[in-house]
Amino acid sequence: MANVGTETSLYDQLGGSAAVDAAVDIFYRKVLADGRISRFFDDVDMDAQIAKQKAFLTMAFGGPNQYTGTDMRSAHKPLVAKGLNGGHFDAVVEQLGQTLSELGVKPALIAKVAAVAATTRQDVLNA
Amino acid sequence: MATIDYGGTQYVLQDGESVLDGLLRQGAEVPHSCRKGSCHACVLQAMAGDIPAEAQDGLKETLRAQGYFKACCCRPAGDLAIALADPDDRVAASLTRIEWVSPTVIRVRLTPSPPIEYHPGQFVTLVREDGLARSYSIASLPEESALELHVRCLPKGRMSQWLAREARPGTWVQLGRASGDCFYLPGDPEQPLLLAGTGTGLAPLYGIARDALAQGHTGPVWLFHGAGDRHGLYLEDALAALSERHENFFYVPSVRRGPAPPGIEIGELGDGIRSAFPSLRGWKAYVCGNPEIVSTLRKQLFMAGVASRAIHFDSFLPAAA
Ligand SMILES: Cc1cc2nc3c(=O)[nH]c(=O)nc-3n(C[C@H](O)[C@H](O)[C@H](O)COP(=O)(O)OP(=O)(O)OC[C@H]3O[C@@H](n4cnc5c(N)ncnc54)[C@H](O)[C@@H]3O)c2cc1C
Ligand code: FES
Repeated sequence: MANVGTETSLYDQLGGSAAVDAAVDIFYRKVLADGRISRFFDDVDMDAQIAKQKAFLTMAFGGPNQYTGTDMRSAHKPLVAKGLNGGHFDAVVEQLGQTLSELGVKPALIAKVAAVAATTRQDVLNA
Repeated sequence: MATIDYGGTQYVLQDGESVLDGLLRQGAEVPHSCRKGSCHACVLQAMAGDIPAEAQDGLKETLRAQGYFKACCCRPAGDLAIALADPDDRVAASLTRIEWVSPTVIRVRLTPSPPIEYHPGQFVTLVREDGLARSYSIASLPEESALELHVRCLPKGRMSQWLAREARPGTWVQLGRASGDCFYLPGDPEQPLLLAGTGTGLAPLYGIARDALAQGHTGPVWLFHGAGDRHGLYLEDALAALSERHENFFYVPSVRRGPAPPGIEIGELGDGIRSAFPSLRGWKAYVCGNPEIVSTLRKQLFMAGVASRAIHFDSFLPAAA
């Protein structure tokens, strides 16, 4: 009961780790199917990719995560070298929004998730 | 720098070196095979010291509690005292029958004494007298008297050639515990099952299919077996007979290169699956065999709608040199 007396956190409103579990397959399938961005996600190691997507969703849902800005930067550096840019970033956020709306999440909450994701933009793009 | 006491001798590890690498570098004998944490051939027991969590990944709770760990994944922060895993963990097994089932594949039957516990589709590590260790998947059912393995004979394969040419009925080997999570779990008898594999990837699938049917699975069970050419296919008669006996079992053999007689498709395994089932939402899948094909198929099945957790797989990784 960490949030007694305060507003329930975004992560809890979305349903916590169960929501991440529900979203991860749908989200990962969407980015792999999206010709604009699939090449950045199409790693041979599917388990590692799914683990990364889980960490990303946990972060975007406002949940507990271990990312620091520096981690973000170094993790995405190879992708930036492969051409990752703002358009790709937006496409990922768009797929995240589609995933949540498919799961029945209200637009207001989706907007909050997109806002959290947007805070990582500079680090992800190594801008 | 950690010091490892192994059977009374001290071995010093270099920075970042695994216990397995450190011991082997300094001439100690430790059974091993994949060096990647998947085969469990290198399991040792810690008597003192802290084992990093990743070195116990995939080991049973009871084994972890006793300090068992995989030497190839163990990069300890401090000193350890370790020993070969309790010999009780290995059982002796006598080879009872070795037969060619195709020009490149042998079927090996062996009788462990005492019998070992396993689920069809799991794998065991077979250890030769000189310590050479290789993992093989289990095609038999526990109620059958012998353990059945299918081994593809590689031109220079140390274990496979030995099994095919030198081992005889009556030859003894050692077997580790059965491991891996590629097996049938009852609980959802109506769920459609897709079993796909290449080459001797058929071994676990053959075990899993028969296990599912024996446990009363009523949903469809589709087995797609792919091979390079006709010589890579085997057990066609047994599988055809199985589909005669079970109306919910379907066997689809395919080869990448023809010619092939009627009933055998020509083309990529994945394409055959895709055209038979454009959507696999709600299915459970088992994928075994060649590591690259396993990785490609997993992704394909996932994209066709199989939940990532509903895909069980075993990659037949070659043993590290
Ligand atoms: C979990 C697991 C389950 C397995 N189950 C089975 C099984 O049921 N049936 C089965 O036949 N094998 C299975 N394998 C593979 C098996 O463990 C051995 O790697 C294989 O039998 C080769 O061993 P070897 O000693 O004969 O050849 P090695 O002496 O290890 O290798 C000989 C040469 O062949 C090359 N080589 C090794 N593997 C291959 C390959 N796949 N294709 C082409 N070249 C190769 C090596 O690089 C080397 O040059 C499994 C592996 C794992 C990890
Ligand atoms: S698990 Fe260590 S060698 Fe395979």
